[in-house]
Amino acid sequence: MRSLSEIDTVSKRSSKAAGYSWGIAEEIGKNIRLLEIFSLPGIKNLNSFFKKKKELRLENISLINKDNEANKNEYCPIIAGVNCLDQIRTLESLNEITFKKVAYPLLFLPFISRASEVIGKRIFLKMDDREFILNFNNNIYSNHTKNEIIESAENIYLKVLENRDSFEEKEWNELYKLSEETFVEENESLKQGGAGAGLTDND
Amino acid sequence: MNVPLRDPYVVMKLSRLGSFHQSKLSFLRSFLKEFKDWEYKRDLFELNEHGYGTAVYSFKKKNRVYSLICFANELDENERSDRVIATKWDTAFTLFDGVPAKQDIERLKNEVPKQEFGRLSFKELTLSRANKSVRVFNHVVESLSKGVQPDRELLDKVGYLYRTTAVYGSGKFGLADRFRIKDRKEIYGPFRLEMMLVYLVRQFTFDQVNHVAKNKNPTKAVKLDPEICRNLGIGNSTGLGMAPFIVNHPTLLNNWISARETSLKKIREIKNISNEEIELFLGCLKKSIKNITSWNTESEYQIIKIKSLLSDLNKFIMHLDKEFNFKQDFAFNEMYLHLEKNYCEECIEYVVSMMMEPFDDIVTPLIQEMSSEEGKYFNIPTERTVADLKTILENKYSEILNIDFSKKENNLNFWFISKNKEEPRLANRFDENGADLEQPLAIARDIKKLYDLLSVSKNSWTIAKFLSTNNELRHVVRRAFIVEKFPYSEIQDNTIGQEIMPIDMLRLKLSFFGALKFDPRSDKWLRICMFQGAPLPEQLKKYDEYWIYN
Repeated sequence: MRSLSEIDTVSKRSSKAAGYSWGIAEEIGKNIRLLEIFSLPGIKNLNSFFKKKKELRLENISLINKDNEANKNEYCPIIAGVNCLDQIRTLESLNEITFKKVAYPLLFLPFISRASEVIGKRIFLKMDDREFILNFNNNIYSNHTKNEIIESAENIYLKVLENRDSFEEKEWNELYKLSEETFVEENESLKQGGAGAGLTDND
Repeated sequence: MNVPLRDPYVVMKLSRLGSFHQSKLSFLRSFLKEFKDWEYKRDLFELNEHGYGTAVYSFKKKNRVYSLICFANELDENERSDRVIATKWDTAFTLFDGVPAKQDIERLKNEVPKQEFGRLSFKELTLSRANKSVRVFNHVVESLSKGVQPDRELLDKVGYLYRTTAVYGSGKFGLADRFRIKDRKEIYGPFRLEMMLVYLVRQFTFDQVNHVAKNKNPTKAVKLDPEICRNLGIGNSTGLGMAPFIVNHPTLLNNWISARETSLKKIREIKNISNEEIELFLGCLKKSIKNITSWNTESEYQIIKIKSLLSDLNKFIMHLDKEFNFKQDFAFNEMYLHLEKNYCEECIEYVVSMMMEPFDDIVTPLIQEMSSEEGKYFNIPTERTVADLKTILENKYSEILNIDFSKKENNLNFWFISKNKEEPRLANRFDENGADLEQPLAIARDIKKLYDLLSVSKNSWTIAKFLSTNNELRHVVRRAFIVEKFPYSEIQDNTIGQEIMPIDMLRLKLSFFGALKFDPRSDKWLRICMFQGAPLPEQLKKYDEYWIYN
């Protein structure tokens, strides 16, 4: 089995060889490592992407808007991803962002996972019918588990999820009440002697 | 009194970094300190009469076990080479996480001797190989088998029976990634497991030489005197491979230097020094001269450095003995100021290392701070502005911004990875091919380019906006924000200029390892010795922490 360190290094070097700057190659190294940690096929997709990159004649996007549509060909997942990550603090307020036609969208995904950590919010990402919830770059929850190459996504939809509870107040209160059964009812003696602090707060 | 930390513009110059020496912070010393209470054992020793076979050594504490697995193989004289291109070695080693089962040993027997071409697993932590110093090894076998101890003079001169030619860790060739083990308290200091491997290899070399001698003449052979063993270490040949490491790991470099600088600052702030502390400092300083006089090198560059170090040290010791008042307030601060004024960089840094010796309470807690969670500082704070970044460059790289890179001498060299050896190399960009595949190690030049670009950008732009059209300099944008937080993370010199001495980068790293006897064979590779004089595993429990000066 290849170690994550090997995956990072080889991804970085091959990205430089494929024409990206060293700084972007460093990002790709970290990203492929991340995909592989989360059991997503990073190496497989990167390798396929680099083999086809020239013939794809990809479009680069610099400034990300609410809706982004490539003119003729598909967007490069790396340049779109790195700019999304860099601009996430301003994009956050847009709440929802869409991209039409992105090549190798799985390579775009880890940038958004890292963006989730930067803004401290979960991000929901849908690439065609594949759904992902990116949890602060700690894990990725998805309905897509196939170890496959995804060459293209017609639509990518991003939604920044506000930090809200996933449960009802009633459910919380019920559980809290149950947790109270681990507490001891204090009599006067326990009130006087059980706490570490002094008996008066006005001394 | 508040003594400021030394200025990175002084400390981070290559000539200064290349003058560093081992100290109490060095990794091999902190390794011994950490593992002194562990249970040491030789678990397996199955060598044939010629010393070929398998051996296992371990350190154990509670449920944690680290095992060194050694494979010694027959090697044709013509195949023995210390160079990276070698494909066979006298011995190959791996440090195993736990107790290896028979199947593990069988699996590793096929993989470990192949080194870079073998595949390791997450159960293995470090990997290495070593070659005999044939002349010394054979002499020791001959002597012991005749019932006599070997020639001490020869052994002192060489300093080891074997020398390693590479020690790998942290995920190389399938080895365990650092993240799997980083929370283990016993390996909080950097390179601990690499140090453990080298230390246990040293013991294997003694056991092997005794075994071969005994088999050669079972009735007459004697064992190598433990005192002689103690004075032997493990040699190491190190080339340029180490140099880019300190550029590629800026936060780690910062934490190493910062521990040293913080120690010095705190020592200079001590008002009164006890007699015991004075004695310890002077004792270490005077005894350590022996380590310098025992360096044997043919490098003219190093000979000059050693000569000036020795002459300065003698002058300095005379000054301490005759003129210096240790009982004045803040004596170490006065001593440091005197050093800076009167002595060469090599001598200043040598004495700084010695100053740490009496102050365990200052130095030991800092050792825990010498690792780094590098991933934490990877993301670029793209919400910051062009004005912020320009200010950082002006404050942290002011000397570098004055270099004129259009001049050939300032842009002479390039760093590359050789295709056949997969190792870093340095070459003249005007004489050799390959500069288009330059590694991102020309930090000074790229910082200057970044500054020029920032100067024609709007100050109010965010870094996100700046990067959207300037990603070719992304690697140095990341670095600049790291340097803002970590003042000792950047070498304050031009690493591609005509004057570059790569050996300075190697010496810096090796001084933190705790190496002795720097012996540069050119300006690009050197030999060193590790653990010479260190206690043997069975002496660890009651060892003298100042063994390095005995």
